Amino acid sequence: MSKLGDLGAKLYRGEVGYDFVGKRFLWYGVSILITITAIVALAVQGLNMGIEFKGGAVFTTPKTAVSVAKATEDSEAASGHDAIVQELGTGGLRIQISGLDTNAAADVKKQLATDLKVNEADINADLVGPSWGEQIANKAWTGLGIFMVLVVIYLAIAFEWRMAVAALIALIHDLTITVGVYALVGFEVTPGTVIGLLTILGYSLYDTVVVFDGLKEGSKDITKQTRFTYSEIANRSINGTLVRSINTTVVALLPVGALLFIGGGFLGAGMLNDISLSLFVGLAAGAYSSIFIATPLVVDLKEREPAMKALKKRVLAKRAAGADRGDSADGGPEGSDEPQAVAPGRPGRRR
Amino acid sequence: MAAPNKGRRPTGAQGRPGRALAIILIAMVALTAGMFLSKQTTPRLGIDLAGGTSITLKAKSEPGKPDAINETNMNTAVGIIERRVNGLGVSEAEVQTQGKDHIIVNIPKGMNEKQAREQVGTTAQLYFRPVIAFADGAPAVPEGTPSPAPSASGSGAPKAEGSTSPTPSPSSSATSQGRALSEALKAPNAPSPSPTASESKKADDKAPSPSASTTPGPDEAAAADLQAKFAKLDCTDEAQRAAVKGAKPEEPTLACGQRGGTWGKWVLGPAGVEGKNVKSAKGVIDPQSGQWIVTMDFNDKGSDDFAKVTGELAAKQPPQNQFAIVLDGEVVSDPSVSTAITGGNAQISGGFTQQSAQDLGNMLSYGALPLSFSEDSVTTVTAALGGEQLRAGLIAGAIGLLLVVIYLLVYYRGLAFVAIVSLMVSAVLTYTIMALLGKGIGFALNLPAVCGAIVAIGITADSFIVYFERIRDEIREGRTLRPAVERAWPRARRTILVSDFVSFLAAAVLFIVTVGKVQGFAFTLGLTTLLDVVVVFLFTKPIMTLLARTTFFASGHPWSGLDPKRLGAKPPLRRSRRTGSAPAPVDVKEA
Repeated sequence: MSKLGDLGAKLYRGEVGYDFVGKRFLWYGVSILITITAIVALAVQGLNMGIEFKGGAVFTTPKTAVSVAKATEDSEAASGHDAIVQELGTGGLRIQISGLDTNAAADVKKQLATDLKVNEADINADLVGPSWGEQIANKAWTGLGIFMVLVVIYLAIAFEWRMAVAALIALIHDLTITVGVYALVGFEVTPGTVIGLLTILGYSLYDTVVVFDGLKEGSKDITKQTRFTYSEIANRSINGTLVRSINTTVVALLPVGALLFIGGGFLGAGMLNDISLSLFVGLAAGAYSSIFIATPLVVDLKEREPAMKALKKRVLAKRAAGADRGDSADGGPEGSDEPQAVAPGRPGRRR
Repeated sequence: MAAPNKGRRPTGAQGRPGRALAIILIAMVALTAGMFLSKQTTPRLGIDLAGGTSITLKAKSEPGKPDAINETNMNTAVGIIERRVNGLGVSEAEVQTQGKDHIIVNIPKGMNEKQAREQVGTTAQLYFRPVIAFADGAPAVPEGTPSPAPSASGSGAPKAEGSTSPTPSPSSSATSQGRALSEALKAPNAPSPSPTASESKKADDKAPSPSASTTPGPDEAAAADLQAKFAKLDCTDEAQRAAVKGAKPEEPTLACGQRGGTWGKWVLGPAGVEGKNVKSAKGVIDPQSGQWIVTMDFNDKGSDDFAKVTGELAAKQPPQNQFAIVLDGEVVSDPSVSTAITGGNAQISGGFTQQSAQDLGNMLSYGALPLSFSEDSVTTVTAALGGEQLRAGLIAGAIGLLLVVIYLLVYYRGLAFVAIVSLMVSAVLTYTIMALLGKGIGFALNLPAVCGAIVAIGITADSFIVYFERIRDEIREGRTLRPAVERAWPRARRTILVSDFVSFLAAAVLFIVTVGKVQGFAFTLGLTTLLDVVVVFLFTKPIMTLLARTTFFASGHPWSGLDPKRLGAKPPLRRSRRTGSAPAPVDVKEA
């Protein structure tokens, strides 16, 4: 672990660095590819909507000796609808019956109790009308819209509009990837998923904001120096905050992972699992986008500014003049006496 | 940041870390004491954790009433549903609006789910029924004494007065099906007392009222049955009250109701006017008498029906000149009628207080809700499963916390203790506030809220990481710990505030636009984000200031997590700034 600490020191000193910004088109390409995959998957496979969106019932039973296959058969016989039965960590069963009318559910519950030889009162029933999930989703869209507008305004004030735009694109990118993963893998989409997805909003931006904050600080008075261009400074900011980003992401993922595996292992499925799964995917995407997408986008936007263009010119001119010094700001600076300096950076990045 | 070598004057808390720590300590003690004093030592558990039934209703907008779904109507609906659910004898059932058009009904375990859904899901029923007989609520008063029906405030029966000229509108002898119905039972516009087998028994019950003209007939037994039931009915008993509810509007029925704080019982005829035909009603001060009265406006059908009913009632003797306003099977008022009331508006006067007039006005306006509801979701959870889920959540939280602690310990060593203690402070604050909010604002910890709390561990730890990394950056610059801690703070503070603000914004938006389960999650997330700021400012920072004075940390002990050598600091500071070897990062940092 102290290796990461060393890496942090090297990154900080600029001995080790990765050219995130210089290779941004590679990462844009990767992201576009992922996004297209996500969209295609979404279009072709669609999302596996949970019972909450189709209407139906979820019954959770206490420990029972009846097998899953038998229970599926019983449930379908009792309800006349398709049933999905999962075994839970507790030995109980989770029975999803789609299309089941909430009024008919009471009878099905009774029948299930008889079939599975459990006490009716011990069966949990979660009955939803077909529009419930839709409403949650609608409200989620509303929330998403409001949040995006507010956060863009806020970021534009706290930072600048370019960063706000970049953060927004990164956010949409994260959401697309998360939804795409759901479409690809076929995870079930439930209100829990929607909650998780909405939470990604805050988290994805948390990381981005930390990086931007470093960038804002690093690029203050940028026009008063001629050593670095904006993109080089941006790259240094990313590298400088890399350890912090890795740490915050790891620390955020640990509890979510615990939720995912404990919630899943213990209860098989349900709200805990749904929230943590989408969070897990979204958090990972958020960490990636804050480094590889958000900041490079800011650079692209920023370098169109005349002031930045002029700066770049001055810097390059100065470098040409002082070519003997061999300054190359985006790799190891001249101080790096270790030729392999860039190499040790890689393992750190992979974490 | 300011020029590096000038060294900023210590700002803020540095000089007085003790004060900030004292504040947070007092806050913790106060919250904990408050928790014990109010005997709320655990957060209230949501229905999904404690077990019970949770019903989510959505108001359906109805054609022609585009603005019906508004706050007033929703609150009225909540009031009505609440009375229904709690009228079943369920304590602690909780009914609340969520968002613009949802009502959530939470019914604790041990309650009949089916019954609850029946009670809750249907629209409130408001009827105007003619009074056939009245007695005090207790049983064994079969003589149907024509009591003068004291009003709620006991100043005589309220009178309904026509606001237009009394045009008698008889047309009453509608259902002359040769049955032994008393005159009173022959209600106007009674939709042909359906003579089906199942219903006829009840429908043909005869009014037990002595003043009813009891014509002998084949239905004598049924009538006697109703009379016997009336005699036996004890309205002070909740179960019996519940039993007489749910009568069909076209049938005579028994009903209970409170008058002036005591229970009364009634035999009522078929409904003459349905509540949905009341256009509006409100409690107002009568400019002439200066008394509180209730005015009603009927729609076309309502005016016709009301004219009919009042026309008939006006000709009768007390108590049969009264009509009962029955809400959900319970009599809320029984004004007497002196003349037929036509024209579609009417007043009820007599002994109202401001409160009772306005209440009745509300009930009349909204008793038959202008809103109908659809059941969006019904969740029943046995306490066993809820407990299991809570346990799983807590285990997940503990493991998540443990993993974070291990990671912090390995990576930050001694500094990790600052983070861990800060997390503990945060946990204490969160827990006590949640426990107190249970009573304060009805906050209930549900599963998503538990989830939110676990996720928040990460958010809270993030802030420490931001700060610690800043301190380490300063040490890498070659500073000693004390200035490093102070210089790192303003920068870290800004980052923490900005990113916490974004998190809080997300939580707030989520909380405002969503309903039900999602709200619990958003609330917890928002609360913990706020507490994160409080803890970082009032605890983590001051503690760092104090620790910077200890030799263990200040000397950069290898286990302190602040070992300059390990951090790759460039010793000694001054020279490093001049050497050409390391200008790049320094410049970036301070550019």
